[in-house]
Amino acid sequence: MDCVATGGNVKVLAKAIHSLSRIGEELYLESVDDGLALRSVNSSRSAFACFLLSPLFFQRYQAPADHSFRCKMPIKSVQAVFKSLASLDRSVEKCRIQLKSEKSRLTITLHCKHGLLKTHNLSFQDCESLQAVFDKESCANVLQAQPRLMVDTVLHFPPSLEEVNLSVSSDRVWLRNHVEDGADSLRAMMTELCLSSEEFDHFSVGSQTSVTFCLKELRGLLVFADSSGLPVSMYFDEPGSPVILSVADSVLEANFVLATLSEDSHPKNHVNPDTKHPDTEQPPDDFMSDDMDSFLIAMESSELPGPSHVPTSPPRPTNNRKHSYIEEEEDEQALADGPPNKKFCSLFFGSVLPTPSQLPNQTMPSQEVLASDSEDENQTETS
Amino acid sequence: MPLSTQSQADIDQYILIASLDNARNLSNILKAISFRDHAIFNATQNGLKVTVEDSKCLQANAFIQADIFQEYIIKEDTVGFQVNLTVLLDCLTIFGGSTVPGVCTALRMCYNGYGYPLTLFLEEGGVVTVCKINTQEPEEPIDFDFCSTNVTNKVILQSDSLKEAFSELDMTSEVLQITMSPSHPYFRLSTFGNSGNAHYDYPKDSDMMELFQCTKIQTSRYKMSLLKPSTKALALSCKVSVRTDSRGFLSLQYLVRNDDGQICFVEYYCCPDEEVEEE
Repeated sequence: MDCVATGGNVKVLAKAIHSLSRIGEELYLESVDDGLALRSVNSSRSAFACFLLSPLFFQRYQAPADHSFRCKMPIKSVQAVFKSLASLDRSVEKCRIQLKSEKSRLTITLHCKHGLLKTHNLSFQDCESLQAVFDKESCANVLQAQPRLMVDTVLHFPPSLEEVNLSVSSDRVWLRNHVEDGADSLRAMMTELCLSSEEFDHFSVGSQTSVTFCLKELRGLLVFADSSGLPVSMYFDEPGSPVILSVADSVLEANFVLATLSEDSHPKNHVNPDTKHPDTEQPPDDFMSDDMDSFLIAMESSELPGPSHVPTSPPRPTNNRKHSYIEEEEDEQALADGPPNKKFCSLFFGSVLPTPSQLPNQTMPSQEVLASDSEDENQTETS
Repeated sequence: MPLSTQSQADIDQYILIASLDNARNLSNILKAISFRDHAIFNATQNGLKVTVEDSKCLQANAFIQADIFQEYIIKEDTVGFQVNLTVLLDCLTIFGGSTVPGVCTALRMCYNGYGYPLTLFLEEGGVVTVCKINTQEPEEPIDFDFCSTNVTNKVILQSDSLKEAFSELDMTSEVLQITMSPSHPYFRLSTFGNSGNAHYDYPKDSDMMELFQCTKIQTSRYKMSLLKPSTKALALSCKVSVRTDSRGFLSLQYLVRNDDGQICFVEYYCCPDEEVEEE
C-alpha cells in the first residue's frame, strides 16, 4: 500500500486522527473498496467513528496488493507523527503512508520544508474489520447545520459535561445537559438551549423525539467539522437507536455513531434480576480482542436481539444506550442490584463489569461485549 | 543603586565583581544548563564559565564573556567556586522575573574569595535585595578531551529546525541515535520507542544546514535522559553545531543571543551510550 497526501490534506488527515483519538485508544486502518478507512471505537463500544478517505483524497493512492489489508495500532503512536498540528500545513509538504508488510511496519513519511524528512515506522497488529452497523437512511429525523452553529451551541456546556439531551419538535431543537436523577439532580445546574429550525440548513423531523448521548465524543467530530467548514448532518431516531453525525465532501466522509439512552432514567425502576437470561453464553472477551465478527450488531430497532432478550416493561434504567450496541452489557447491568444511575455511568464510560460488592451471588463474568444472539445475525453492512 | 551603598573598603575586599544592568542576561543562560543543583563557577579575565555535570557522562558549560557585563573586575587569574544553581537562579529572579519591557533587575555579583559566600545585590524599581549564597569547594570539571583535531563530523544547523525535531522526539525511546555521514542520510536523528522507530533526516543541502563537514559515516547512541536538558539551550539558541569525535563523543554548541543581542555560548558534551561504527 502506498498513499501520498499533499498540501492541506495532510492537515485534514492529522485532524481526522486527532478526532478519532477523542473516541478510542486504537486506530483501525483498513483499505476498502472506496478508499482508506480510519476507524475507532470507545472501550464501552458506545461510540464509533469512521473516516473514509477516497482515493481522490490522495495525490497518489495505491491499494495494497491483496485488497484486504487492515491493522490497528495505538492511536497515540499515530498522533505522535502529526504532533505540531498548528504548523503542519506550513511545514509539511507531503505525507506518505506505506505498508511494509514484510516488516509489520506502517511507514509514515513526512516531507517537510527545508528538505527535512521525518520517517516513522510504526508497528501494528492484525485485526478483524471494525464496523458498526448503522443506517442513516432509515432515521426519521435529519438535521443539518453549519459546524459553527454546533460549536457555538456546545460551547455553552461545560467541558466536564458528559451527556447531552437533544429534543426536537416540528420547528425547534432543544439541547440540554443530561443530569442523572439522584441526590445531585436538585443541585445541578441545568442548561437549556433552544434553536429554531431556521438555523439549520436542513430540518426534517419525523416525530417529536428526545435522545441523549455523550457530548465528549461529539466534540471530536465538531472540532474536525469546524476546521474543515463542512456542514454537519445528524441522523437520529427514537431513544435507544444511535445518533449518527456525519460530515462529507467529495473526497472524504466521516461518520460518528453514538449510542443513545433508550429511555430517560427512572431510578425507581430497579431491575428484576429474575428476568435475566440464565442461558446467556458469555464467551470470554477482552476489549483488545480482535474477534470483531461478534462486534457487529444490528442497529435497526425493528430487529430485536432475540426472544431471550425482551426488555421488561417498566423501562429499565440500565437498559440504556447499550441496547443498541452491546446486549450483554445490558444483561450484566440488569443483574446489578446497585443504584442504577451509578451502574449506568460506569457502564457508559467503559467499566462494564459490575463491582463484586454489587453482585454478591454472581460469579464474575469476564467482560463481554456481545450478545450470544449476535451469532445468528452476522450482519456486516454499513450504510 | 547598590553601588552607592557600598564603601570603598567593601569593594576592595572582593576578588570578583560582575555587574549587569539586566540580570536576565545571566539567569536565562544559566537556566539552559540548570539540570542539576550544583554548578561550578570558573571566572577568568575572559569572563565567566559555569559548568554543570551529570553522572560523569554529560557536561554543560555556559560562557558569559567579560564584555557582556557592564562591570567586570577580577583580581586573580582564576576564581573558582561551587554554588547551588537552583538557589542562585531563585535569587536572580527574586523580583519575579517579569517580562515587562523596560523593567529589569540589575545585578551585582561579588565574591570575597575562598570560604566566603557569593553575594548578590539585586535591584529593581528602587528596591534592593542582598543575597548571600554559600559556596563550596569547586570540583574539577571532567575533561572530555574533545579537541577539534579529533572531530570526525561536524554540522552547523539553524536551531529552528532542530527545535521542532527535539520537541517531537519519542520520549519512550531510551536512546537518541545520531548518524552523520558524507552520503545519505547525511544527518539523522533516530529514536526507538514503544510504537516503533522514527528518523529525522536533514539533507546536507538543506537551507537550514549552514555547515556540513562529514568525513565518514558514524552512528552513535546517547541516552535520551542525558540529552533532554539540552533542549533548554536549544530553545534559547539561534544556531547549533553538532560535532562527534573518533570516540563517538558528542559536542553540541549553542549560539545564544541575550536580551541585548549579545552573543553567549552554551555547550553540551555527552558520552555515547554504545558505539556503533557503521550501520
